[in-house]
Amino acid sequence: MDAIFLQILNGLDKGGAYALIALGLTLVFGTLGVVNFAHGAIFMMGAFCAVTVEKILTLSMRVRDESVTFFEAYKETPYLEVWFGDTGKAIIDWSVPLSIILAIPVMLLIGIVMERSLIRYFYKRPHAEQILVTFGLAIVLQELVKSFFGANPLPQGAPDIVSGSAAIGAVFGLGEAVVYPWWRLIYLAFSLVTIGLVFSFLHFTTYGMVVRAGMADRETVELLGINIERRFTIVFGIAAVVAGLAGVMYTPVLPPDYHLGMDFLVLSFVVVVVGGMGSLPGAVLAGFLLGILQSFSSMTEVKDIFPGIDQIIIYLVAVVILLTRPRGLMGRRGVMES
Amino acid sequence: MSETKKTGIVTRRTILKGTAATTGAALIGGTFPMHFIKNAHAQTFRGDPGSASSVKLGFNVPQTGPYADEGADELRAYQLAVKHLNGEGDGGMINTIKPLQLKGNGILGKKVEFVTGDTQTKSDAARASAKRMIEKDNVAMITGGSSSGVAVAVQGLCQEMGVIFMAGLTHSNDTTGKDKKRYGFRHFFNAYMSGQAIAPVLKDEYGTERRAYHLTADYTWGWTQEESIKAATENIGWQTVNTVRTPVGAGDFSQYITPVLNSGADVLILNHYGKDMVNSLTQAVQFGLRDKMVNGKQFEIVVPLYSRLMAQGAGDAAKGILGTTNWHWSLQDEGSQAFVKSFGQEYGFPPSQAAHTCYVQALLYANACEMAGTFAPWEVIKQLEGFEFDGAGNGPTLYRAEDHQCFKDVLVVRGKQEPQSNFDLLEVVKQVPRAQVEYPADMFGGELGPYQV
Repeated sequence: MDAIFLQILNGLDKGGAYALIALGLTLVFGTLGVVNFAHGAIFMMGAFCAVTVEKILTLSMRVRDESVTFFEAYKETPYLEVWFGDTGKAIIDWSVPLSIILAIPVMLLIGIVMERSLIRYFYKRPHAEQILVTFGLAIVLQELVKSFFGANPLPQGAPDIVSGSAAIGAVFGLGEAVVYPWWRLIYLAFSLVTIGLVFSFLHFTTYGMVVRAGMADRETVELLGINIERRFTIVFGIAAVVAGLAGVMYTPVLPPDYHLGMDFLVLSFVVVVVGGMGSLPGAVLAGFLLGILQSFSSMTEVKDIFPGIDQIIIYLVAVVILLTRPRGLMGRRGVMES
Repeated sequence: MSETKKTGIVTRRTILKGTAATTGAALIGGTFPMHFIKNAHAQTFRGDPGSASSVKLGFNVPQTGPYADEGADELRAYQLAVKHLNGEGDGGMINTIKPLQLKGNGILGKKVEFVTGDTQTKSDAARASAKRMIEKDNVAMITGGSSSGVAVAVQGLCQEMGVIFMAGLTHSNDTTGKDKKRYGFRHFFNAYMSGQAIAPVLKDEYGTERRAYHLTADYTWGWTQEESIKAATENIGWQTVNTVRTPVGAGDFSQYITPVLNSGADVLILNHYGKDMVNSLTQAVQFGLRDKMVNGKQFEIVVPLYSRLMAQGAGDAAKGILGTTNWHWSLQDEGSQAFVKSFGQEYGFPPSQAAHTCYVQALLYANACEMAGTFAPWEVIKQLEGFEFDGAGNGPTLYRAEDHQCFKDVLVVRGKQEPQSNFDLLEVVKQVPRAQVEYPADMFGGELGPYQV
């Protein structure tokens, strides 16, 4: 029971990340009709916003280690610590949450610039061309990040106060061994809140309603004198912010490197396809579903019966769903269909 | 033969006739024909620089992909080796390795040049770039790499094509075990040696009553490391609770780590390397494993194959974690110091263990050519087989003839709790003597194959 509970939590946590990335992908596909293979790179760039903030906050006074003679080795003490003591330390400790302040405008800007300068020229082009150009863009972005930050993962710590594990077993009447990292619980809550905010924005604001109307019938909305293209550009920016924030918050879970986006990209597309192209609730549902299935398939008990199942489960589920429900779990008629 | 191709005047038949005539005349005259003298080789071979004034070496390293930083360090080391071979710079280990016939005038008087390839840490890409360097660039030797899967693949190709492969960072027992090849040589240590080196330290530090849980990267290196570490720890009385294979590049290991919490294990052994190791170690620490008390003992994590670059990636999570490494820049022997000095002055930071093994491999190959007096690979191989030397770090070293595995001291290291500088991440706990990590040459099976292909 304890093991099953922990795997459900793992699945929800993993699913949260999948759902956030897939949500952005679906949003862009639903509004602009663009299959954006650079979306994973946006997630990665969000993570590197956190790395950048941490690097800025830890700019250090270097004191040469005289015992090392053949090259210059330094003992580094961050200026913030030197100048502000414990307050400085606390600011550095909170660098990941603080990164959100930088990530929101930066990712919005990146999204808008990307859409205006490149993506918009491919709205009416075939999906294959969109995939090629956005995949190329993803490679350019990741190589740029690699040239600045190197290929090695760069660890980012959660604030000390939430860096340990919560004795969650006691809360649910399970064994003492059932613990779960605080930061992962926070990530799960963050995912749910962000998904809730995006849905609220689309359903309960006039702006969101116009966007949804544009998704359903672009021409009619334009005939009403609404500049739907500008709104779609903003939606692209919002999708970039969602993916970027997902990246920022994921850094304490997974030390980011330049390849982080590619690691998530394929999985996220499977999530979108399983959920149903263009369906936002479908993307969220499929994200959590596949996350949980992936976690369960990794259990020794399951692997003993189906060896290697953990490595193929997601694709297996995708095949089964597409055979039985070709439009995915919640796909709409007419999306990506001639 | 190269003359034949160039001029188009001398034919194979002419050469054969000439050879027969010379031999006959020499025998009649009572003198010995020149081509029976040692090093007068009539046979052709790939990579033969012929009468050219330079010889080309092929550095096949990961320049893109997850091990690009390690690959960049390997390349730096090779460039430094080329410099030293050509008599530039301070000479580095050329001044410390003994015996050594290198004179700082290239190899056999030919200036050393190089071409590079990108393995991408993928077997097919690594083979393709090695093949390109052999066929198009006519390299005399291929070296490099940061993965056992790649090493085994490239080594197989080099055997087929008759070009010597001096492996870079590869730790699987298979490289010089079941997949060993006559044309392949490994200076780096292997998983079995890691097990033999670390087990006594684990016994001293954590006792004999321990229950271990293995998470293992699902490919050749992971399998052999799991096997070796499991055997070594069981020899000191530990029990193995479970061994779980994880996909390479899994990213999030939470679903593999949570079962450890209820398993009754009090040690987690991570048979992961590179990014997988950074991720699994970081996440294991996040799940509070190191704060746990199990079976009345403090829970411990062990990383059998460690590197400074990985410790950097894992950050605070690496502090206090035990593992093994082939070499470390803080070693105080003459050879290590000479190399660290050269590398440090050239690039401004210390070399990694990958850089060290690649640098030494390049020098050892060059020296073997000097000893053989030829680039003919079968003669160079004979010089490398059984070659004993010192002054390259890790004490007296043997390139064992039977499996082409180097035997030398192995380092047991620990992530440093209070680093003194940005590079001071590992401390050497013990330099385990070579005798403790040796094993019979036939233990891992395999056949070397023929000298001439």
